[in-house]
Amino acid sequence: MADEVVLLDFWPSMFGMRVRIALAEKGIEYEYKEEDLRNKSPLLLEMNPIHKKIPVLIHNGKPVCESLIIVQYIDEVWNDRSPLLPTDPYQRAHARFWADYVDKKVYEVSRKIWTTKGEEKEAGKKEFFEIFKTLEGELGDKPYFGGETFGFVDLSLIPFYSWFHAIETFGEFNMEAECPKIVAWAKRCLQIETVAKTLPDQKKVYEFVGQMRKRFGLE
Amino acid sequence: MGEEVILHGTWASPFSCRVIWALKLKGIPYEYIEEDLSNKSSQLLQHNPVHKKIPVLVHGGKATCESMIILEYVEEMWPQNPLLPTDPCERADARFWIKFAEEKGPAMWTVYRTSGEEQEKAVKDTLEMLRAIEAHGLVDKKYFGGDKIGIVDIAFGQIAQWLGVIEDIVGVKLLEAHKFPRLHAWIKNFKEVPIIKENLPDRDEMMVFFKHFREMLLTSSRDS
Repeated sequence: MADEVVLLDFWPSMFGMRVRIALAEKGIEYEYKEEDLRNKSPLLLEMNPIHKKIPVLIHNGKPVCESLIIVQYIDEVWNDRSPLLPTDPYQRAHARFWADYVDKKVYEVSRKIWTTKGEEKEAGKKEFFEIFKTLEGELGDKPYFGGETFGFVDLSLIPFYSWFHAIETFGEFNMEAECPKIVAWAKRCLQIETVAKTLPDQKKVYEFVGQMRKRFGLE
Repeated sequence: MGEEVILHGTWASPFSCRVIWALKLKGIPYEYIEEDLSNKSSQLLQHNPVHKKIPVLVHGGKATCESMIILEYVEEMWPQNPLLPTDPCERADARFWIKFAEEKGPAMWTVYRTSGEEQEKAVKDTLEMLRAIEAHGLVDKKYFGGDKIGIVDIAFGQIAQWLGVIEDIVGVKLLEAHKFPRLHAWIKNFKEVPIIKENLPDRDEMMVFFKHFREMLLTSSRDS
C-alpha cells in the first residue's frame, strides 16, 4: 500500500520549512496544503486540537505535530536513506541540545526585533547578537553544525536564513557584518539542492513581514 | 559500558528527579553530586557552559544537559526497561507531550514566584495546561505510558508533588479532584510506583524549602 503523506503548512513558516527539507532529503512524495492562519481549516483543528498550529504531518491519516518531532518521526520511519540525526547516542543528545537551543531562543528573539521599536527593539537586537555568537561558537571551524555533513541542527536553523533580510532591514543592522560565520554557514547550506529548493526567496519573506508590521501598526 | 555515570542535581528540583527516576527504573548505578545553586561547582559550569543549570549527566566524562534530552540519551544507552514506545507514531506522541510539559510547565512556577496580575495570568495558564492534559493525555490510560509508567509520566512528575506544594504555599487550589478526575487518579497511581515513591523528595522538607525561597523572592522583588 502506498504511503499517504500530507503536510499542513504556511509558506513563510521556518518550522514548516524544516519539515519540507526533511521530506525532500528523504525523497518522500507528499501533498502540500497551504493553511490560512487567520482562517484555519477544520482539518488542521482536528489534527492539532491542542495547539492548532502548523506544521502538521499527516501520515496515512495519523497526525504528527511540532516540527522537530516531525523530523525525528520522518527519520525513524524512512530510516533506509539520508539519515537526519547521528547514530551515536551522545552525538544525538548533542544535536538535540542545540536544536532545542535554536527552538528556545532564535524565533522569540527574531520576533522581538521585527515586532517592536525603540528600547525594546534595541534590547532584542542585543539578545539576538548574543544568541548568534553562542551559535557561532558551537559551529566553530566545522563546515556544518553536524560536522562534515548537513545535520539535525543545521536543519533546525537554516530556515531562519530566509528571514535574515527581513530581520536585518527592520532591525537596522547588517547580518553579514554582525554574524559573518553564520552567513557563511548559511550560504554553504544553500549549496544543497533540497535546502535551496525549499527556502522561499528572502525578498518574498521581507514583503510578508512588512505586511504583518502594517497590521501590527508598526509601519 | 562500565564507564562511570555522574549526576549533578539538587534534591528539590523536579528536573533533577526526572533523571534519578529514569536511572533507577533502568537499574543504572550512578554517583550523585548535590549542587549549591548559589555557588555552582566548576565542574557544572564546565559541563553546561550554555545554560549553567542542573541536571547534568556526565557519562564516561561526556556531559549531556537538559533533563528530557538526558532521558532520551539514557533510553538509547540503556534500552532495558524501556521508557519510550517502539512504534514511531507512539514515539512522536510521547515527544509531543514531553514538549508540552516543557513549554507549559513553567506556568506553575510563575504562580509560585509571583503575585498580583502576573500570578493571575500564570494561574490561568496552568489551568489551561491541566485541562489539555485531562482532555487529551490520559484517555483510557492508567499512565501516560499505558499500563506502565514511561517517559511522559516522568516529564509530568512535577504535577504529582511539586504542584501540590505550590498550591499549599500560594494558597490557590488548581488541581481540584472533581474537575480533573483523570489527573487526580494518575497522581495517586504515579506516586505508588515503588521507584517513584522511594525517590520523591520529602514533602515537609519541600514545604519548608520552597516557602522560604518564595519569601526571599518576593522580598527582593519588593525591594528592587
